[in-house]
Amino acid sequence: MRLSSLAMTTLGVTAVTVAAFAASHANPALEGAVKARNAQMGMISYHTGLLGSMAKGETPYDAATATAAAENLAAAASMNRAVLWIAGTEQGAVAGSRAKAEIWSDAAGFEEKAIGLETAAAAMVEAAGTDLEALRGAMKGVGDACGACHKPYRGPQN
Amino acid sequence: MRWVLRVGVVLAVLAAGLGWVLTRPASLPDTFAAGHVPDPDNGALIFHAGGCASCHTAPEAETDSAALPILAGGLPFVTEFGTFYAPNISPDLDQGIGEWSAQGFARAVTLGVSPQGQHYYPAFPYAAYQRATPGDVIDLFAYIQTLPPSEVENRPHDVGFPFNIRRGLGLWKRLFVAEDFVVATDNPVVQRGRYLAEGLAHCAECHTSRNALGGLDRTGWMAGAPNPSGKGTIPNITPAALEWSEADLIAYFTSGFTPDYDSAGGEMAEVVENLSQLPEADRAAIAAYVKALPAIP
Ligand code: HEC
Ligand code: HEC
Ligand code: HEC
Repeated sequence: MRLSSLAMTTLGVTAVTVAAFAASHANPALEGAVKARNAQMGMISYHTGLLGSMAKGETPYDAATATAAAENLAAAASMNRAVLWIAGTEQGAVAGSRAKAEIWSDAAGFEEKAIGLETAAAAMVEAAGTDLEALRGAMKGVGDACGACHKPYRGPQN
Repeated sequence: MRWVLRVGVVLAVLAAGLGWVLTRPASLPDTFAAGHVPDPDNGALIFHAGGCASCHTAPEAETDSAALPILAGGLPFVTEFGTFYAPNISPDLDQGIGEWSAQGFARAVTLGVSPQGQHYYPAFPYAAYQRATPGDVIDLFAYIQTLPPSEVENRPHDVGFPFNIRRGLGLWKRLFVAEDFVVATDNPVVQRGRYLAEGLAHCAECHTSRNALGGLDRTGWMAGAPNPSGKGTIPNITPAALEWSEADLIAYFTSGFTPDYDSAGGEMAEVVENLSQLPEADRAAIAAYVKALPAIP
């Protein structure tokens, strides 16, 4: 699951431009990015929760609800990262951030984990409307995708 | 890891002053695990509970839980006075521990003493592992012998004088390695959880703060600690701070999801990877133990 080098370059250039822009405007822009991506994570978390509680049997399975949740999850997971993960917004640099510096020093690795969630969410869109068993099966992929990124790229509680 | 620095200075001085005897590396009795038939399948569970792979697989190794771990070592532990590197503990005859006896292995894991009779640094969490039963340690050795060998050479620790004097660690052990369990309980499920949590799974190594000499503060057991990386904190998991139900804890140890669908991060994600490979009953026992912790704000 590799990005083409053109895509990587575009992403890199965008990130640099955005970072330069952000730096010249000091903190509000950086803080805004941290807030926005945490809100994105909140969306991801909310929809994962809807699916998770059906998987656990806490709420009854409903194909339409599950599909809606999975589609929103997939949409949230595929938001363009260039304007959310701006260089200079790591933990310690901006209040409230728990983003590790490795997100930028190992940008390709971070991208791979992000695509990992996009892929798991796409599988969930397929599975969610099928039946409860399929939903349960896809749940593990989603959970693993969260952990696979949080482990290397998210810092400890502030 | 700031504490290691202080430990180093104080111990080097104390060791010189208090002499050789107090710092003498301990040995195991000949009767250790006598008559025990090694069971590598149980050893695999002990391996996951102990989190050996989290420290001893190569840093660049892909985490693929289906593949057998290669314990090539090399993960750096950066401290202010130098860097430790996890050694190769694969069964390779030259570079790993393939030539070791089960007794030598047990001495290393439970007493923190090498086959050459030298103390290990407490970055290797033997202060917790010493609570493992002899049978479990022997089974663990049998399992590690079944893993793929690696020819990667050990990287020497990059640690200067006086911290490189291992003998001084003998005194640290006398002060801070306590065999007894911390939480008192008669409940057999909580006892099983305690065996895992205070022993092999070494939860306190991260979740408990340390005194000036690097000993765990038993009065603040599992009540949280500064993060050794210098950024942020490791959370308090006693009932004073954590309101999760037992079912919430089991779900977290299985999938990494918190009750509000955040997902475990940092070192805890690795702990979850390890715990998720234990039988459900063991995760439930650890959950029961966490619920039974004395509440410390
Ligand atoms: C590509 C990497 C990546 C993936 C995949 C990922 N996360 Fe995150 N997540 C992060 C990072 C980095 C942060 C911290 C961001 C910050 O503080 O600036 C975070 C923060 C969060 C937060 C905290 C939000 C807040 O308001 O503080 C939640 C909740 C969360 N993630 C849930 C999830 C869940 C659930 C999944 C899987 C369905 C997931 N994340 C997948 C990287 C990721
Ligand atoms: C937190 C990280 C960490 C964990 C977890 C860990 N170790 Fe280690 N281990 C180390 C370090 C660091 C050393 C080197 C200590 C020294 O040189 O003083 C070491 C040394 C060793 C040695 C001695 C190797 C030699 O060549 O002398 C053995 C054997 C060993 N570990 C086995 C294990 C086993 C088995 C487990 C799981 C039950 C385990 N370790 C878990 C960090 C760890
Ligand atoms: C190597 C260090 C380490 C070890 C060992 C460890 N933890 Fe953790 N633990 C953490 C960190 C760091 C977090 C914060 C995770 C995060 O930021 O998502 C955490 C979080 C938790 C949480 C969630 C608390 C909350 O408020 O979100 C629980 C519960 C927990 N750990 C229990 C345990 C138990 C039980 C053990 C032993 C079986 C254990 N931990 C071993 C480092 C560790």
